[in-house]
Amino acid sequence: MVYIFKRILQLIPILFAITFLSFGMMRLAGSDVVEQKTLNTGEVLSEEQLEMARTELGLDKPFLEQYFVWLSKILKGDMGESYVSGKDVFETFVLKLPATILLTFTSIITTVVISIPLGILAAVKKGKILDSVVRFFSFIGNSMPGFFVSLVLMYVLGIKLDIFPIISKGTGIEAIAMPTLTLAIAMSSKYVRQVRSVVLEELNKDYVIGAKARGVKYSVTLAKSVLRSCLVTIVTLLAISIGSLLGGTAIVESIFMWDGVGKMAVDAINMRDYPIIQAYVMWMAIIYVFVNLVTDITYRFLDPRIRLGEEGR
Amino acid sequence: MTGRKSKKIRLCIYGALAVLLILIAVFSDRLCPYNPYEQNLAIAYNPPSLEHIMGTDAYGRDMFSRIISGARVSIISTLVLVVIISVVGTLAGTICGYFGGLFDTVVMRISDVFLAFPGLVFALAIAAILGGGVSNAVIALAFVSWPKYSRLARGRALAVKEMTYVKAAKLSGDTPLQVIVRHILPNTIGTMLVTAMLDIGTMMMELAGLSFLGLGAKPPIAEWGSMMSSGRSMLQTYPWVVLSPGLAIFISVAVFNLLGDTLRDYLDPKQN
Repeated sequence: MVYIFKRILQLIPILFAITFLSFGMMRLAGSDVVEQKTLNTGEVLSEEQLEMARTELGLDKPFLEQYFVWLSKILKGDMGESYVSGKDVFETFVLKLPATILLTFTSIITTVVISIPLGILAAVKKGKILDSVVRFFSFIGNSMPGFFVSLVLMYVLGIKLDIFPIISKGTGIEAIAMPTLTLAIAMSSKYVRQVRSVVLEELNKDYVIGAKARGVKYSVTLAKSVLRSCLVTIVTLLAISIGSLLGGTAIVESIFMWDGVGKMAVDAINMRDYPIIQAYVMWMAIIYVFVNLVTDITYRFLDPRIRLGEEGR
Repeated sequence: MTGRKSKKIRLCIYGALAVLLILIAVFSDRLCPYNPYEQNLAIAYNPPSLEHIMGTDAYGRDMFSRIISGARVSIISTLVLVVIISVVGTLAGTICGYFGGLFDTVVMRISDVFLAFPGLVFALAIAAILGGGVSNAVIALAFVSWPKYSRLARGRALAVKEMTYVKAAKLSGDTPLQVIVRHILPNTIGTMLVTAMLDIGTMMMELAGLSFLGLGAKPPIAEWGSMMSSGRSMLQTYPWVVLSPGLAIFISVAVFNLLGDTLRDYLDPKQN
């Protein structure tokens, strides 16, 4: 408990830094809310009117003061309005978030289903043909950027074999299959290698030989001891890859027209819709930080050694 | 397969391939069979043929020439990026590890924050704010990628600093600069080199990704990511316009990844 509390306390400066950077980025962009708004509505205002609007929004106040005003608004869920649609930024973000979470979730599940068995198999059959095949494919997957994988999948599965529609609206299986596959291919390629090397390391430990000598079935040792002790590393590595997954969804979502926050961000970038970009960066970072926190806490339950180590101090 | 000699041979082969790619990038102007920017609408979207081995694009420009020319932007800017982040990160990390103190705290807290952001998301935002262009994309990626190196270098510096011979060097009157240059850096350089080599492929893909989203190289500049992006809607009818730049990225990334993997195996005999 003390540990969890400590970890949460440590988050506070990080969260401050994230919000500060997100805020600072807007200012760096040199984007003037007032000018942007008039640009979008097509109104022509005099310099005095602009000045008045700025005072009204508090843009003439010192930087730090503006930051804290902004921060207190954020805490109430007020992130301003989109330059383009004029809609509430936070609302837009919340509306699009479930689609991205769904895609992230299906991708992680697919990744786990593909890479953990293959990684273990490759480790057990080290040096055999199967191992080489797995490593070959993971190498290929590692050398292809996500958008290339997407387009190849579109070409092969969508156009040549005609299994999935190239672009499909909605959130059905047809629509989610290709983006999921794209993200899962990229993630599995990295992950399968890591699982393989973690399992290999574990297989080289003395207790595995010991179990063998005592006549314990290999499959039993594998399932009961090896897998269990690898679990922590496997979970950690998965959590780390969520960071790249969050970034990867931006490209994949906009290719497959999947209506999540990633596509929203890419559209916003093209339209220079800074409030939306800001919301995207900030919330993605916050989500990422919390995912890491949950991972940290989870593996203390999975591996008693970590708990003992901490409390022994 | 095993043995140091075969590793050496593989290292030479992949090294040569990487050098070949770099040479293509440097001399791309002279290697293009056609002018990569010359438009000829009469031959727009011609499929691959003997004359144009990768076909032509929407403006009748020779795809093969554009891909060769794109090597310059894609490969050179990636190499520049990786050199910047590895040098800056290594120096910052080494100084932090060696001296400790306030500088160490400040730099490490900053890198904590950067590591707290999902890298590509942050890079997207920075590139968006800087307004696109190849150099801005490089800056954006450099911004989010250096902490990895500083962390690694700091750890190495902390470990090496405590070794007896480094203490001896200090006692015999070496200045901090001398200790860092003569004893600490030589001990970190191997790790940093391998990390940098393995990073080239990733960075190349991320840079191409930014261009693909319109945040890196902009048309008409021949760059692989942006070429794929602009040809994207033609996937069904003229697939070569999209798939050949993708293949170029794949091959270059694969070569640098192979080189990185082999170098790691070669320098670290404990592996395998």
